[in-house]
Amino acid sequence: MESSLNAPVIFFASIFTNNILLANFLGMCSFLAISRELPSAVGLGTAVTFVMTCTTALNYLVYHYLLVPFDLVHFRFIAFIIVIAAFVQLVEMLIDRYSPRFYVVLGVFLPLITVNCAILGVCLFMVIRKYNFIQSVAYGFGGGLGWLLAITALAGIREKIKKAPIPKALEGPGISLIVAGLMALSFMAFSGMIHVG
Amino acid sequence: MASPKARIIFRKGVWEENPVFRQILGICSALAVTNLMTNTLIMGLGLIFVTAMSNATVSALRKVTPDRIRMMVQVLIIASYVMMVDIFLQAYLPEISKALGPYVGLIITNCIIMGRCEGYARVNPVWPSFLDGIASGTGYALVLLTIAFVREVLGFGSVFGVRVLPEGWIPWTIMVMAPAGFFMLALFIWVAYTVEKRTTRPKS
Repeated sequence: MESSLNAPVIFFASIFTNNILLANFLGMCSFLAISRELPSAVGLGTAVTFVMTCTTALNYLVYHYLLVPFDLVHFRFIAFIIVIAAFVQLVEMLIDRYSPRFYVVLGVFLPLITVNCAILGVCLFMVIRKYNFIQSVAYGFGGGLGWLLAITALAGIREKIKKAPIPKALEGPGISLIVAGLMALSFMAFSGMIHVG
Repeated sequence: MASPKARIIFRKGVWEENPVFRQILGICSALAVTNLMTNTLIMGLGLIFVTAMSNATVSALRKVTPDRIRMMVQVLIIASYVMMVDIFLQAYLPEISKALGPYVGLIITNCIIMGRCEGYARVNPVWPSFLDGIASGTGYALVLLTIAFVREVLGFGSVFGVRVLPEGWIPWTIMVMAPAGFFMLALFIWVAYTVEKRTTRPKS
C-alpha cells in the first residue's frame, strides 16, 4: 500500500507539523553543538538540506531497484549509510575542486553530516511510510528546510540569551533544550493543519 | 569483573563521563523513545549490546585497520550489529519493533557508539573496550529510564504499562508529546549538574 498524500502536502508537513527536529528529534547532536552562532547554523542547515534531498532520492532508487528485487531489505542500514557517506565525500571533493569560495562556507560542515541522524532518519521514514519517488524527494527537501528553519531559529535565540542571567547549572545544553522545547510547543500549533501518518 | 580497573570504567561510563548529560551525545533517541518505559528498556539493551560488541570488534581490528578509512570501517561494524538487533526485534518482539520504528536503525548514527569506538576502543585492548561499551551503554540506558519513568507516570499514569496512579488521575498529555522530552532532559541535566557541584565542592 502506498501513502496517498500528495507531494506538496508532505513537503509542508515535513517543514511545519512534522518537523524532523522538533517532532522526531533527529539531528539533535549537531543541532545543539553548532547553534551558537547564526552564520554557522545557516551554513550547516543549508548543507543538510542539500544532502538530505539528494540522498533521499538516491536511497529511494537503491532501495527499490537494488535491495527489494534481490531480497536484501535487511541490509538497508548498511546500504543507506554507505550511500550517504559516499555522496558526502563526493560533494566535498567536487566543491573543493570547482568552487573554493563555496567550500569555505559549506566544506567544514560536510563531514559532520555523515553522522547526522536526520539524514539517515529521513531515509528510514521514507521506507516505513511507503512513499513513492516524488513523495520521497518532497519529504527529503521539506525535512531539510524544516531542519534549517529550526537550527536558524535556535541560533538566533541563543545569540540573544547569551547575556541573560541563567542558573549556572543550566547554561549551555540545558537552556538550549528548554528553548527547543518551547519551539516544539509553538510548532505544535501547526498540527491541526495537516495530518501525516 | 570486580577488578579495580573494571570498577573505574563503570564509574566513568555511568556517572563521571556519562554520555547523555556529560557529553550531550546520543540525545536524538534519548528524547524520541522515552514516552514508554518498555520501549526505552529495549532501546537501552539494544544500545548496550551494539556499543559493547562494536567496541570489542573495533578494538580487535585496531592493528589492521588503516587509519584513513577507520571511520568507514567503524560505521560498517556498527551497522552490522544494528542489523542483528533489528532482525532480532522483528522476529521476537514485532510490536516493540514497530513502535521504535526507525529509531533502531538510528542507533548507527548514535554518536555515543562512534565516540566510544573513536575515543576508547581504537587505542585499548579488547576486554576493557568491551567493558567500556557496556558501561557507556548502561549510563545511557539509566538516564533514559529515569526520563521515561517520569514521562510515563505523568503521561499515562502507568509504569511498564501497569497502572500505578488511581483511575481519577488526569494524564498530562503534554508529557508523552515532543516538548516534554526536551523539558525533561533539560531538567535532568540541571539536576545532574547541581548535584555534581555539591559533591565536588568539599574536595576543592
